[in-house]
Amino acid sequence: MGIVEAILLSVITAATPLVLAAAGELVAERSGVLNLGVEGMMIMGAVCAFAATQLSGSPYIGVLAGVAAGALSSLLFGFLTLTLVANQVATGLALTLLGLGVSGMLGESFLGMQGIKLQPIAIPVLSQIPFLGPLLFRQDAIFYLSMAIVAGIHWFLFRTRSGLKLRAVGDSHGSAHALGVDVIRTRYMAVLFGGACAGLAGAQLSLVYTPQWVENMSAGRGWIALALVVFASWRPWRVVAGGYLFGAVSISQLHAQAFGIGIPSQFLSSLPYVATIVVLILISHNRRMTLINTPASLGKPFVPDR
Amino acid sequence: MKKLLLALATTTAVLGFASVASAQEKAKICFVYVGSKTDGGWTQAHDIGRQQVEKELGDKVETQFLENVPEGPDAERAIERLARSGCGLIFTTSFGFMDATIKIAQKFPDVKFEHATGYKTAPNVATYNSRFYEGRYIQGQIAAKMSQKGVAGYIASFPIPEVVMGINSFVIGARSVNPEFKIKVVWANTWFDPGKEADAAKALIDQGVDILTQHTDTTAPMQVAAERGIKAFGQASDMIAAGPQTQLTAIVDTWGAYYVKRTQAFLDGKWETTSSWDGLKDGILTMAPYTNMPDDVKAMAEATEAKIKSGELKPFTGPLNKQDGTAWLKEGESSDDATLLGMNFYVEGVDDKLPQ
Repeated sequence: MGIVEAILLSVITAATPLVLAAAGELVAERSGVLNLGVEGMMIMGAVCAFAATQLSGSPYIGVLAGVAAGALSSLLFGFLTLTLVANQVATGLALTLLGLGVSGMLGESFLGMQGIKLQPIAIPVLSQIPFLGPLLFRQDAIFYLSMAIVAGIHWFLFRTRSGLKLRAVGDSHGSAHALGVDVIRTRYMAVLFGGACAGLAGAQLSLVYTPQWVENMSAGRGWIALALVVFASWRPWRVVAGGYLFGAVSISQLHAQAFGIGIPSQFLSSLPYVATIVVLILISHNRRMTLINTPASLGKPFVPDR
Repeated sequence: MKKLLLALATTTAVLGFASVASAQEKAKICFVYVGSKTDGGWTQAHDIGRQQVEKELGDKVETQFLENVPEGPDAERAIERLARSGCGLIFTTSFGFMDATIKIAQKFPDVKFEHATGYKTAPNVATYNSRFYEGRYIQGQIAAKMSQKGVAGYIASFPIPEVVMGINSFVIGARSVNPEFKIKVVWANTWFDPGKEADAAKALIDQGVDILTQHTDTTAPMQVAAERGIKAFGQASDMIAAGPQTQLTAIVDTWGAYYVKRTQAFLDGKWETTSSWDGLKDGILTMAPYTNMPDDVKAMAEATEAKIKSGELKPFTGPLNKQDGTAWLKEGESSDDATLLGMNFYVEGVDDKLPQ
């Protein structure tokens, strides 16, 4: 295995949770809901995935548990912000704090346990392609899912009637409501989907990235995912570009250090953030396009008039 | 209305008095942790020390702790909260709490503080540290014996004297066995991020190191080493569970005896500010069992450990040059503690540029 291949393999592992969480959040935000609880939903997904894997012996049960945990956490957020019309920013922050605390409590008895890794699945024929095969077609199920989810989101948002409705709800909930779209229901679905994706990202952390449970193991990845959505100007494939760019620069800077190129490590450590922001700003420089893509009702509460 | 206010005031006064009274009965000993008390590494080792205080002096003291306190200005609020809540003696257990500890100590002259691994003291601030570098010297020797390629990977956290000292000691130990030995250093710029630590471990292994050592807090690097089939050293706690076939040994921090000693001094009213820096011989750090290595390597490690304990061997003893080749210590000359505690240079043989 060449060094380039080794680097790319690490990049894929590092980028997958960011892409997943950001893709989920993108759908929620496209429907007009700003959920700052990504970090909390992610860590809930991580702990539940790990616990379920330990109890059942199967990492696939773990993946399901992670998805369910993320979705349930987001349901709480949805109930507070959509049904009770609580402030989205405050509720999202509270969800993050709650998730970090509750996950620590749930995970207490699973600390120090040997994790069970979600094993890669080689896709017949494709995995035999030189170079690309081992990279893209000998991966774990969560990686395949992440790609399928992004493609699915793109298709759904821009090629289906329901996707159009969802975007309408995010752009002008008043108009969508007047046209007979069920704003609250649409937003509930979008928030739930976002939570499920964050939970899946969490499962990736505790089953693939580092198969173990430690408190706070998401270490801020939820916040990076949130930033990715904005800098990708709410476009699904740009989220992938941003996530992989971030992962690539993070891993490359570690290699650069190990190689001993003599650039201060503090500077190298900040590179992923700088590079991702710069590149995504450049590709989103068309102000008109950015405005079109920004959900105009983002973060605004909606109370239907009955 | 006035009556109600008066009643309220009285109640508060009584309650306030009551809490003071109970504080006099049982002294409150408090701890500030940078990570989670169950991180399997640094903070867990401190918490085991706290539990020992609770166990041995539980009839006279109660302990309290705050975990996951971020380093830097945020730490001030946490420490101040403990000082206000009636803690008599507060242990702040991370290097990055240094300035916050000094600042809050000035505000609360009657509260005693103990700061781990720092170098600033005050009339009510003592410092304590452990000579981890003694263990790293032994690890370096083992690495030089066990490595096929003669290159070890070192996952470092932040460029502070503590960490630089560890890298130097590891290299000096390794070069005492194999003068050609090299290390590759990766700065993770974090104490705690399993994903990033694992990435650093993968990067180092991909670049050909076949021994891994870490100065970060989680077992993620050990896990990667196990998966890739190379050997590694544990950090702060015995990490053998994460790599039964991987861990060679680990530096295990055993703070308990020190915490009990200082708490006792505090209870007796004999607490005074000190700068304590104990080592292997005092039992403030111990080496986890030497495993996964041939008997001769194990014998060498044990012999070195015994020599360090007896004082016969001091890792930072000349002839030693600095990284740029200038002379640092003459033949037989040992470094003084002040130089070590402020260490901001590499010794010869470290293949990395020290971030300044």
